[in-house]
Amino acid sequence: MSRLEVLKTYKIYIGGKFPRTESGRYYTPEQNGSKLGNICLSSRKDFRNAVVAARSAQGSWANRSAFNKSQIIYRIAEMLEGRRAQFIEELIKMGASKAKAVKELEESIDRLVYFAGWCDKYQQVFGSVNPVASAHFNFSMYEAQGVVSIVAPEDSALLGLISAVIPVIIGGNTAVIIASESMPLCAISFAEVLATSDLPGGVVNILTGHEKELIDHISKHMDVNGLLYCRENVPLSFDENCEINMKRLSHLYSTNWSSEDLENPYLILDHLEVKTTWHPIEQIGGSAPSY
Amino acid sequence: MKNLLNKPLKKHPDFRHTTTIDQVGVLERTSRITKRSIKNEAKMQGLKMALNMIDLTTLEGADTDQKVRQMCNKAKNLHVSSIKLPTTAAVCVYPSLVKTAKKEVEGSGVKVAAVATAFPSGQAPLDVKLADTKFAVSEGADEIDMVISRGRFHQGEYNYVYDEICAIKEACGKARLKVILETGELGSLDKVRKASDIAMYAGADFIKTSTGKISPAATMPVTYVMLQAIRDFYTQHNIMVGMKPAGGISTAKVALHYLIMVKEVLGEQWLNNNWFRFGASRLANDVLMQIEKQLSGAYQSADYFSKD
Amino acid sequence: MAKKSKHTSWDLSPAPESTGHVDIKKKYDLFIDGKFVKPKSGKYFNTINPASEQVLSSVAHANEADVDRAVKAARKASGPWQKLSRKERAKYIYRIARLIQERAKEFAVIESLDGGKPIRESRDVDVPLAANHFFYTAGWADKLEYAFPNRKFAPYGVAGQIIPWNFPLLMAAWKIAPALATGNTVVLKPAETTPLTALKLAELIQDADLPPGVVNIITGEGDTGAAIVNHKDIDKIAFTGSTGVGKIIRKAIAGTKKKATLELGGKAANIICEDATIDQAVEGIVNGIYFNQGHVCCAGSRLFVQESVYDEVLEKLKFRIESLVVGDPLDKNTDIGAINSKEQLHTIEKYIKAGKAEGAIMYQNNCDLPSKGFWCRPTLFTNVSQSSKIVQEEIFGPVLAIQTFRTIAEVISKANNTPYGLSAGVWTDKGSKIFNLSSQMNAGVVWANTYNKFDPASPFGGYKESGIGREGGLHGLQAYLKF
Repeated sequence: MSRLEVLKTYKIYIGGKFPRTESGRYYTPEQNGSKLGNICLSSRKDFRNAVVAARSAQGSWANRSAFNKSQIIYRIAEMLEGRRAQFIEELIKMGASKAKAVKELEESIDRLVYFAGWCDKYQQVFGSVNPVASAHFNFSMYEAQGVVSIVAPEDSALLGLISAVIPVIIGGNTAVIIASESMPLCAISFAEVLATSDLPGGVVNILTGHEKELIDHISKHMDVNGLLYCRENVPLSFDENCEINMKRLSHLYSTNWSSEDLENPYLILDHLEVKTTWHPIEQIGGSAPSY
Repeated sequence: MKNLLNKPLKKHPDFRHTTTIDQVGVLERTSRITKRSIKNEAKMQGLKMALNMIDLTTLEGADTDQKVRQMCNKAKNLHVSSIKLPTTAAVCVYPSLVKTAKKEVEGSGVKVAAVATAFPSGQAPLDVKLADTKFAVSEGADEIDMVISRGRFHQGEYNYVYDEICAIKEACGKARLKVILETGELGSLDKVRKASDIAMYAGADFIKTSTGKISPAATMPVTYVMLQAIRDFYTQHNIMVGMKPAGGISTAKVALHYLIMVKEVLGEQWLNNNWFRFGASRLANDVLMQIEKQLSGAYQSADYFSKD
Repeated sequence: MAKKSKHTSWDLSPAPESTGHVDIKKKYDLFIDGKFVKPKSGKYFNTINPASEQVLSSVAHANEADVDRAVKAARKASGPWQKLSRKERAKYIYRIARLIQERAKEFAVIESLDGGKPIRESRDVDVPLAANHFFYTAGWADKLEYAFPNRKFAPYGVAGQIIPWNFPLLMAAWKIAPALATGNTVVLKPAETTPLTALKLAELIQDADLPPGVVNIITGEGDTGAAIVNHKDIDKIAFTGSTGVGKIIRKAIAGTKKKATLELGGKAANIICEDATIDQAVEGIVNGIYFNQGHVCCAGSRLFVQESVYDEVLEKLKFRIESLVVGDPLDKNTDIGAINSKEQLHTIEKYIKAGKAEGAIMYQNNCDLPSKGFWCRPTLFTNVSQSSKIVQEEIFGPVLAIQTFRTIAEVISKANNTPYGLSAGVWTDKGSKIFNLSSQMNAGVVWANTYNKFDPASPFGGYKESGIGREGGLHGLQAYLKF
């Protein structure tokens, strides 16, 4: 007797929870004629809720020790490794060959491990003590921008998504992601990985839906500090709207997401601000002039 | 005229917790004060003011009656000039020479200050210090310049230092008391501030930087911190305390910067010799040279100014 | 000044800086392709001394055609400049630094004449910092691969740079030095009220034998700036000025290849904790808000004082303000010079009126003001809150708004409660509190137990609406390279 398959409901990921879209709408992307599933068609209100979650998670995420962040990112890699079969299946379902699916999954895991190692190193490599001429200790270090919205790659469901989001959160930002519209399955399954990886809720929030419907709200939202656009051409209005509250806009696009060009710490710095701090140095004793 | 004698304040704060100072900020402030440009009439007025604030000082083991008489003469008659010049504020000598000095300056308005309390180290028992002080006063000293017990201060015995100053103050009677902190031995501006507070609460009429026997002696940052302490004390208790930087101030230009500092930190009511003094032996002649330069337009030679 | 009662008053006599060695031409043309050329617009406008309202000179007003001519010159120079060995490029920049040092006095006097700032500041801050900026940056020209390890980079090409009137020469240095060190060529427009030191810099650049077209300096007004921003052959925009104009620029370059560095407005919190070194903090407050007449984007215009020391701080601040000398910018004793323009004075006065209308209590220094020129006494307001207009908006004048706070958590939240994020000040004698407060401030520069310090090695720039990008230090080079 054939068994009736239990179909998975793909929900969105906000604040560490998996709600359905508040709009109650869905869309049904297809691959080679077969339906991938009923996918939430997220609304502007879902986006708004996700930003609220991201904002409330940001301070404490940024304050976590770099070492702890590193462990969490590594943990994500471990969890992904543990779910190989599921992701490979989904990648195949979304049109990849078996070999390609395996390769993408493995590269995704390796990329997570690569970036996990940067968490507690980029500050050491790029922070600076600046030799000012006056009697002050002056140092510059990198801090998070805040909430960064990511329009994830359309054509790389898992590796592209990871390449976009991990460098963003490593620096203490929290993220709201619009997943690939045509290949959304891995994004939601990745959310399930995140939810079981010690990553605090709200650090990464993942929505599915139409880019066109959401893009204006993303670029105009006053509580979003940075934007990362990972599809081919940045829409003009997206760029223009940055003016409203001086959002930082980055564009990350590749025709080959497995390229090693996408493994470097500068991708982390792209979403950080430089803070410079001054403090007087007392001049008593040694060869310094007397007080 | 306001009564010029302060009294100890019995109610005083816990001296372990006094105002803290940021040294770099103080250096910035004093360096900005040195950017003030004092020209023309303001300069002439400032130079005359400076002369009249000098405690002309000799504090040598080799001091003799004759040496002190010569110096007193200089204090009274600083220089023969085309304009009327003031005298110095006082002469400053060891207790054994007070009588000589007193006789010499009589009627001139120049006061006699005596260093006392086992000057300069202060390493003697309290009764010796009291006897030293009482002797100087009985010889006719108008002012007593005492030293604090820096050893005790460094040991954290702030109340001992306070009590000692109170006792000396009482022994001074009608003589005004200048309390020497010997800031060159205190080690930080925080401690300069602490010692200033202790001295003022103990009834100091003046607080003074240095004995002149230790380097560094008076500096602008140290003086600035002491002036701020005086201002805070005045704000809280409405009691004026005088200031005397001593040692190391030998040029007119530096003296004028000190006066600007007094004006900006305390206000013009401190700009007279009741409330501000320079302890100096070489300053007078440089100020005099500057005055003559202002009058004649020509740069001066030391040969034309008496050395006593 | 009136004699004060009871005791002798001792007032400073005038101590004017001499102007004998200063050469200001009656008329200045545009500096394009290494030469001064007449503007195609045919138009000139006057630049005045804000302390006397007298005309200093007449300068060309560049129109679109003039901008185009400057950009063409910069483009033509771009190739050879990029090909020049980096060591040679460094040497040109060093040469500029040295020439500024040699002519420091003249630059300082002109800066004060044209902009109204006290000679003490132009002499001790603006001009030396400008020279130092060239000197520091020069050395980077042949060491860029150490600044950005494992990275491929190239200059953008032609940089269009628009600078404000508050630090005219210094801002020109901040813009030109990193552009040249990274191999870009430049079209720079100084502000219309303060064009003279930039034009003197053009003369200096001529004397430095910099290849023609590498630096072009064109004067004009807002329309000139717009023509630079919108010019199709400019690769990079660097702007320092108001957030309002910054936003217009950001929008204008959307969808183009141009990248922008923007240094915009601010409304910095300056936080005085109860355990601060109060007397030094009071100096910091004064430096924070009254430096350069408060025409400083990072001015500490929102003062937060912990309630337990509020009375003491306020009393000391008022006393200190009394010793500030307001008047002739060329007098060596002047602390606060002339407001840069009539327009800016109106803006400041509008805010002072608004502060009073909202019920804030005003206190001003009690000094006399000159009869001619544009002046504003150092001003402070108490009885204000985060919702007050004078607390929310950038005034760009010597006007301080003072609030109190009870706890550190409260002041962090209030300090960050602004769309701006350029700078902040924190004053406490406790180390762990400093690191907490300084790391919690959403601001690009945090001055702990000091304020308004600048150095060529120290990157400067803001979070949020205070701008995008950094200037100065190693970080400032990044803005002029594409990777």
